[in-house]
Amino acid sequence: MPPIVILGPQRHHVTVGDAARALGVDGGLASITAGWQEREAEVEELDAHVGHQTVNLMLHRRVESIFRRDRELREAHRACQDQLKRLQELYRVRLEHTLGMAQNLIARRKRVREELVEPEIEDAFETVRRLDRHHLSRIVEVNRRFWTEQRPQERASVLEHRYELAEILDRCAGVAIAGGHVAVLLNRLRLLDLKPLIETKPILAWSAGAMTLAAQIVLFHDTPPQGRGFAEVLQSGLGLVPGVLPLPHARSRLLLNNRARVTLFARRFADFSCLTLGDRSRVDCHDGHWRAVAHVDRLMGDGQLQPLAEDAA
Amino acid sequence: MTLAIHELEQLETLDEAAIDRFVESHDFPLVEGPSVTFLFRGQVEAVNLKHWVFGLESTLPLKRLADTDVWSLTLELPERSRIEYKYDIHVDGQRRWVHDPFNPLIARDPYGFNSVCATEGYETPEWTFDDKDARPGSLEEHSAPSQAFGGRRPLWVYLPARFRASRRYPLLIVHDGMDYVRYASLRTALDNLIHRQEIPPMIVALTQAEDRLGEYAADPRHARFIVDEALPFLEERYPLQRNPAHRGLMGASFGAVASLHAAWSRQGAFGRLLLQSGSFAFTDIGANKRGPLFEPIVGFVNQFRDKPGRPAEKLYVSCGTYESLIYENRSLAPLLQSTGMVVKYVEARDGHNWENWRDRLREGLSWLFPGPLWMIYE
Repeated sequence: MPPIVILGPQRHHVTVGDAARALGVDGGLASITAGWQEREAEVEELDAHVGHQTVNLMLHRRVESIFRRDRELREAHRACQDQLKRLQELYRVRLEHTLGMAQNLIARRKRVREELVEPEIEDAFETVRRLDRHHLSRIVEVNRRFWTEQRPQERASVLEHRYELAEILDRCAGVAIAGGHVAVLLNRLRLLDLKPLIETKPILAWSAGAMTLAAQIVLFHDTPPQGRGFAEVLQSGLGLVPGVLPLPHARSRLLLNNRARVTLFARRFADFSCLTLGDRSRVDCHDGHWRAVAHVDRLMGDGQLQPLAEDAA
Repeated sequence: MTLAIHELEQLETLDEAAIDRFVESHDFPLVEGPSVTFLFRGQVEAVNLKHWVFGLESTLPLKRLADTDVWSLTLELPERSRIEYKYDIHVDGQRRWVHDPFNPLIARDPYGFNSVCATEGYETPEWTFDDKDARPGSLEEHSAPSQAFGGRRPLWVYLPARFRASRRYPLLIVHDGMDYVRYASLRTALDNLIHRQEIPPMIVALTQAEDRLGEYAADPRHARFIVDEALPFLEERYPLQRNPAHRGLMGASFGAVASLHAAWSRQGAFGRLLLQSGSFAFTDIGANKRGPLFEPIVGFVNQFRDKPGRPAEKLYVSCGTYESLIYENRSLAPLLQSTGMVVKYVEARDGHNWENWRDRLREGLSWLFPGPLWMIYE
């Protein structure tokens, strides 16, 4: 499989140009900026950093046009999204209790002997993981029903765009996936079934773009203005970087100095390497393996951050 | 714990130099656990602490330290408190109010400024300061015609950064809006909260009344102006979401009354209300004791308490526990909740002032207009 490069946020420290040149794809890069929604077409800065005009796939606009033409699909998609939203709310209610329990047990570690409390903590985490798996299975089921009933991959409204996208991508050397609204971006990638078209190309992705490449998309914010800030599994991602959970803007979104919070996150998602992605971060992925190249920490189960060296794997 | 001021008192030699050293080595008011020592220095006949903490005597005398020019007063104040104060000094038989010369912390309001005392645990919220990463919004000035009042009314409109005419935005109308900008950092708060995705990019209309104590006191002309004149004026000029769930009214003190009254008079027009330290005076029996300005308010609130209806879907109500209005606001909260509206009621150890209202903006706005921060990773 071609290489995939995951980068940190690009607003202040733009590294995508260098990364594209290093991959040798700077001469013909397709860009996916659907996460920017109505600002999708504003790629001048991106083009300037890459050093040439990228081919913007305009996935957001394409799907808007599909929905205008194919009302049945639009209504079914909307209904599907409503169901997903309701499921997320139900999941949140359960998560509040299950993860809250794990958090309470962690807080008791100082007062209770480790051999007594640790099995309880691990069992509490297993309950949370079971809930996450259950939620994900419900999400997959709702999505599957939508695909089985609506068969977007066979509808003329979608096929027309997909053929066009296949042709465009055929001429491009690589793909850049920017951040933005992660659910909007994922929905566009999914509806147009982009995965088989982009996985054959080198990919550069950052922020929400990086999140969509993971096996699971996890929403996170430790200090939101409302609520307890428990991370939520949203959907399964494209699964192109299966072992990695990218955490863009981790320094501003997570309490990385709070060992209990880091433990809560890392142990819950112990199946993944939870990697912080800040300014100048870079992780190279190839054939299911990943290597931290610059400015990446891994969240550890003991609440510490492990700075990753160049040869980490 | 021996308080620093007591240690000073117990010095064998309490001379000018010792006092200078004491003053230079401490910040004032001096917060030591729950004890707060206020200090004034000068050749005066008397000094009183003037504050606006409901529940304490509004004038508290400072005591002179031996035969020095140092005056002090130690109070017990709960943690996470924030109070505003001045000194009332008596010199040559004359009285005047001055700010605390040893305290650089001040809070401004339309009448000038006060000194600020914050106890342990209180911190000015970091989102009230300029954030260089936050893209600034812009302010446009209008003059809206009003048949309700006759003539024209000034209206300022905050547009979020990266405003797009092709997109539709939620609307918030803020009573005393420019005062919120001047004294409660509203513009900075909006820039920061929008930047952090804690609230969505939104259009915020800022109104200022010509006679706020009259117009905001449940005056039907004001409700007419907001609903029938300002709202259509804004909808004509800006891309607004046409759903009450994306439309809000906000105000403090009499501005909160004006917000509730307008929403109640025209139910269904506004889905969101942010009411801060509302002057929701009412009577169960007998006459109103707050004075003639409150008469129309008492009439409205009594009527409202009788038939609250459903002025909005979601409300955020806040009040300082050091305000005289805490009783009225505490009484209102369960009434609002009983109607089936979604209500969040919040108290803070603060008074009837702009920084109290500033400090609740993040919680209130993000509760009423939750932003996409969980979804957006740029």
